[in-house]
Amino acid sequence: MLELLEKERTIARPDYNRWLVPPAALAIHLSIGMAYGFSVFWLPLNHAIGLTEPVPCSPDLNWFAQIIAENCDWKISTLNWMYTLFFVYLGSSAAVFGHWLEREGPRKAGFVAACCWGGGFLISALGVYIHEIRLLWLGSGVLGGIGLGLGYISPVSTLIKWFPDKRGMATGMAIMGFGGGAMIGSPLADILMRHYASPTSVGVWETFVTMGIIYFIAMMCGAFGYRVPPTGWQPAGWTPPTERKAMITAHHVHLFRAPNTPQFWFIWGVLCLNVSAGIGVIGMASPMLQEVFGGKLIDVDLTLAQLAEDQRLRVATIAAGFTGLISLFNILGRFLWASLSDYIGRKLTYYTFFTLGMALYASAPFAGEIGSVALFVTIFCIILTMYGGGFATIPAYLADVFGTQFVGAIHGRLLTAWSTAGILGPVLVNYIREFQIESGVPRDQAYNITMYILAGLLLVGFICNYLIKPVADKYYMTDAELDTERRLAHEAGMKNSSSRN
Amino acid sequence: MDESQKSQVNTEHPGAESWLWVALAWLAVGIPLGWGIWQTLLSAAKLFK
Repeated sequence: MLELLEKERTIARPDYNRWLVPPAALAIHLSIGMAYGFSVFWLPLNHAIGLTEPVPCSPDLNWFAQIIAENCDWKISTLNWMYTLFFVYLGSSAAVFGHWLEREGPRKAGFVAACCWGGGFLISALGVYIHEIRLLWLGSGVLGGIGLGLGYISPVSTLIKWFPDKRGMATGMAIMGFGGGAMIGSPLADILMRHYASPTSVGVWETFVTMGIIYFIAMMCGAFGYRVPPTGWQPAGWTPPTERKAMITAHHVHLFRAPNTPQFWFIWGVLCLNVSAGIGVIGMASPMLQEVFGGKLIDVDLTLAQLAEDQRLRVATIAAGFTGLISLFNILGRFLWASLSDYIGRKLTYYTFFTLGMALYASAPFAGEIGSVALFVTIFCIILTMYGGGFATIPAYLADVFGTQFVGAIHGRLLTAWSTAGILGPVLVNYIREFQIESGVPRDQAYNITMYILAGLLLVGFICNYLIKPVADKYYMTDAELDTERRLAHEAGMKNSSSRN
Repeated sequence: MDESQKSQVNTEHPGAESWLWVALAWLAVGIPLGWGIWQTLLSAAKLFK
């Protein structure tokens, strides 16, 4: 069984159809993308003991005592630590195991990711069953986070090698899956929890077991669907452009040398700043729409604070629709922008993100001021396409600048920018909003300064993108180094290749 | 790609049968994704009511 995971067993036959690889990658990304949808469990877990309403812990208990208490419910703020664990372990595992992935191949990485993500759900189920939140953090947070990182980077290098003519589109398709995972997982979890709910259970642990098994199977199908092309493979009928583009290298930079180049850190900055701006908006989308427009959302000329309870519920429902809508544009942008980057180039794509993004963030307060919900929603839908597009285009940008030999591992290291943005973006948006409100700014205008600051972040991103130039020759691997690495990575030439499994 | 590898260019096209597998594989991931998008659209529709 284990020998099926060896990289040599995944080298494709010359007539292999490369269009089988993106669905394999999607199977993994759609599964791990459920990380975004974990908040669907918070409310049921918040009253797992009380069943109908939360049983609060005694106020005498300190934070640690509340964590281990078996007779009171977990707070949502405690459960939210899961997201911090996701981001930290995703970034760390992608950075640490990227080199191992390049050596051992995507199938082994996908297999380990399936065990971690699926197994994490099962450990979490046990944690919910015996009411032990540390098992939940360990299972889905730590183990699941490692599965997230490995699963996320597992197809990148392979897809770029299979699609040298459509690098952006290929990785865009896979990374689109990560954005879409919660769209499947959240409603599925909701259906399962309602199915399993009983007078003695809120149905969460049973849902964790079911989803863990489903994700394990889906990810194993993806892992065993991976094939790597023989070294030097090119699509039939395609010839590399004879006229070399300055920003697309024909050489390769070693993983260990890439962080020594200024290009790595400029691309790191590009990703971090693009994501920081978008992630801050995603986290605050629902309250922002409600606070900026208040009663206007239901044709009542009152602020949010002046609305009656039933009116607030209607406004909250509309805001939930807004959150759903921007998540759709997030996944749409992943595919569209990444595909477009194959034609207009990665640098111009990011210039577009930053220029258009700055204009849109700066226009958002105006849309709020004139009370145009349609304009406000349109602005954020476009912004979210560029947030998703930023994620999906970055692997192709890396391949252009650093070559394809270590692109998966370099991408893994670059994901630390995502972890940083995951903290920076929400902190910026939340704290500036609170500071504004405490300073006496009306709630409907509390986001204006934030929008200008986010536009400022994009200006810095624009400068980082401008500074990205081709890597200096001294950083490229020599032919001897490349041969050694390919031997260590068990890569065979086309004439030696055969697909056995 | 390195100059030294250009002799290893693939000349074989995928077989006709492989496209059936491609269609099945895309259906396997496309159906759940389509369902998820539909569920999200239903939720997003509340914004326009």
